[in-house]
Amino acid sequence: MSGSQNHSGEHGAERGEHGASHATLRGYLTGFVLAAILTAIPFWLVMADVLGNATTTAIVIMAFAAVQIVVHMVYFLHMDSRSEGGWTMMALIFTIVIVVIALSGSLWVMYHLNVNMMPMAPGDHPM
Amino acid sequence: MTTATATAQQADTPVFHVTDDEHEHSGGSTMLGFWMYLMSDCLVFAVLFATYGVLGRSYAAGPSGADLFDLKLVAVNTAMLLFSSITYGFAMLAMEKGRQAAVQGWLIVTGLFGLAFIGIELYEFHHMILEGATPMRSAFLSSFFTLVGTHGLHVSFGLIWLTVLMVQVSQRGLIEANRRRLMCLSMFWHFLDVIWIGVFTFVYLMGVLK
Repeated sequence: MSGSQNHSGEHGAERGEHGASHATLRGYLTGFVLAAILTAIPFWLVMADVLGNATTTAIVIMAFAAVQIVVHMVYFLHMDSRSEGGWTMMALIFTIVIVVIALSGSLWVMYHLNVNMMPMAPGDHPM
Repeated sequence: MTTATATAQQADTPVFHVTDDEHEHSGGSTMLGFWMYLMSDCLVFAVLFATYGVLGRSYAAGPSGADLFDLKLVAVNTAMLLFSSITYGFAMLAMEKGRQAAVQGWLIVTGLFGLAFIGIELYEFHHMILEGATPMRSAFLSSFFTLVGTHGLHVSFGLIWLTVLMVQVSQRGLIEANRRRLMCLSMFWHFLDVIWIGVFTFVYLMGVLK
């Protein structure tokens, strides 16, 4: 909770400067270069078929996406645990939890629904 | 043990609200409120991603992602959105220095990159529909057009918002209210770029993988 105490002193004078108060040219350029690299590598991996294995490539590009999302959050959206007394971070964590449950739950349930479907001959038509 | 815990709690009472008084002023909580909106928008996209994840391989004997997607076009599109993100960042830096002309200039550049993104996306959709890959063709295409189209709609509304803000800034200057609006659009714009990372990874790149 020390974060919220610092917060009040820091932002008392400059109201409305939230979020952008620590934006710097250096930060934006760092974020941009990192994002460009983290975008280019997955495209290159897929387009040139570097790894030669679809599953490995899928896992690697998902890892790159996760890292790039963090880069955007930090350098472009200026996320940190102190902004708005930590409430933006709390909202973000809550959202991530919901997103993970919705995504993994849907994929898991629907995959099993597909796998356990009654087999149909190619000529059969569903009613 | 109970008394000890109680005493400890009294001594260090956790605070579950923001103790400073900044929210008494109008606009003080706008950024947090807008962040809440973005998070709920994130849930909308999560549901669309989940739908695509479930239906994305149901081709109904129609074309698959590998047949339809042109990764070079998607790469150009991704670059457009990334450039628009950094130029919006430059607009925010100019705003902090109070340089109105520079803000307007960077906003124009951002808007042009955004327009290019929408243009390329519409060209891609048009091309697909001409080939018979309409949203009605298969579950894969329905979920594809819903997910990517929703993102495109967000960018389009962002462009309208950007235009309105440029008019506001030209009429009233970089007043407090306009700064707040520019910061909200900044969050919205960068958020759309974050969603696009998910789109190009899960939809385009993984759709092309066998």
